[in-house]
Amino acid sequence: MATATDLKQTPFYDYHVQHGGKLVEYSGWAMPLHYGSIIEEHHQTRRSGGLFDVSHMGRLRFDGTDAVRFLDTMVTRNVHDMQVGQARYAIVCNEHGGCLDDVLVYRLSDTKCMVVCNAANRAKIVAHVEAIRGDMSFTMKDDTESTAMIAMQGPTVMALLSAFSTSIGELKRYRFIEKKVLLASVMISRTGYTGEDGVEVILPKMLARKAMQMMLANLDSEVPEIQPCGLGSRDSLRLEAGMALYGHEIDETIDPISAGLNFALNLDKPGGFIGQAALQKIAASGPVRTLVGLTLDTRRAARQGMAVKAGDTVVGTVTSGCLSPTLDASIAMALVDTAHAQAGGMLGVDLGRSTVEATVGALPFPWREAKG
Amino acid sequence: MSTDRRFSDSHEWFDIDGDTVTIGLTQYAVNELTDVTYVELRPVGTALSAGDSVGEVESVKTTSDVYSAVAGEIVDVNQGAIDDPAVLNRDAAGEGWLVKIRTDDAGPLGDLLDAAAYEERYPTD
Repeated sequence: MATATDLKQTPFYDYHVQHGGKLVEYSGWAMPLHYGSIIEEHHQTRRSGGLFDVSHMGRLRFDGTDAVRFLDTMVTRNVHDMQVGQARYAIVCNEHGGCLDDVLVYRLSDTKCMVVCNAANRAKIVAHVEAIRGDMSFTMKDDTESTAMIAMQGPTVMALLSAFSTSIGELKRYRFIEKKVLLASVMISRTGYTGEDGVEVILPKMLARKAMQMMLANLDSEVPEIQPCGLGSRDSLRLEAGMALYGHEIDETIDPISAGLNFALNLDKPGGFIGQAALQKIAASGPVRTLVGLTLDTRRAARQGMAVKAGDTVVGTVTSGCLSPTLDASIAMALVDTAHAQAGGMLGVDLGRSTVEATVGALPFPWREAKG
Repeated sequence: MSTDRRFSDSHEWFDIDGDTVTIGLTQYAVNELTDVTYVELRPVGTALSAGDSVGEVESVKTTSDVYSAVAGEIVDVNQGAIDDPAVLNRDAAGEGWLVKIRTDDAGPLGDLLDAAAYEERYPTD
């Protein structure tokens, strides 16, 4: 691991240090894994609300007459028919249909968009844009290190923000608004990565400290509704919600159809996107592998790379796993041969010393039902 | 904390009481593991050589073996830690002990770190 001094710090770094955050290296950034207990922060978010520093995520701003047309060639979803104020989840594919990244595209105006990408893929996506842009007329500006980004997630978040601003309370899912605060623009979108309702906020670096104080003002109350949470619980929350994590469920060798991301594809997109032809072929023949949810008959966690078996035959690989705090069960996502992807089927997961039984189920995991 | 307590670089603590050695994981190790979710210990009666694993501790983030620095036989395991693995997070140095081993030779513990040396090498703050 790189030493702390080599790592990039988000505008909330001092806050993390002062509040007992356990800082770990994540894609070149010093990020809080937790502030005490990953499991407690997971429950906090499901029960009430969690605040996550996600400033490490890449924020790329596209501006110009061809910005929308360019993004239409780069991502799997339609950008041209998005309304201003709308956000869409999409994949950036290579020619073979493998995933270079998964991103959120924000339509800011007729000529302006924002793309939020994974921290680990930011340099790759910036290089990809330069490699494929041709003579299209737009500029790309990397706002990652001049801005901050926070996710507020959980059942109390929208009510809390409604009291603060009616327009935020009225936001629909996957919509955003821009508000002016001290002459600076703050972007608030009703999106997230936990399965819970809530928002993600992009704001100028200089406002970060003030914003954190405001949003966590409730910490003075006896039972704070929103508490800071680290990347550890963000991972277990998204896993329960069946959401893909780059480097696990998707990567350059895994196509979005196998990963169950068909909803993020416009395979009939006019003008086409990179990887479209390859994905049309996969869609026509059906994917060889399929992402499934597994519930294991143990309290041990499956880890990425562990073999999934039908009898003695390896039929797949675990992509992510954890002991689910909400379901109180060992859950995993796995890419398995499509023939073994039927819900209700029984497979084995090789945990090293022993192979345990696992039931195949649909994604997301039934965390909502378990929460009651 | 017992003044006889010794510490290994693989983050076990060893308490010596006559011919019985109690083994647990250090607070430093538990902090690195994050929330402990599963504890599996080899059964009472297991014969061990020095350096053998006495079990596994699994956390939200990772799985870690626990090793004995002494040879001997497991004479007790902490069922409380198996039933409630979070006891390691609450009290790794006490209630979160893992196994007791009867040994004829506690000598190897003399090569391990004392509390001050361990704390200096692996500070918990």
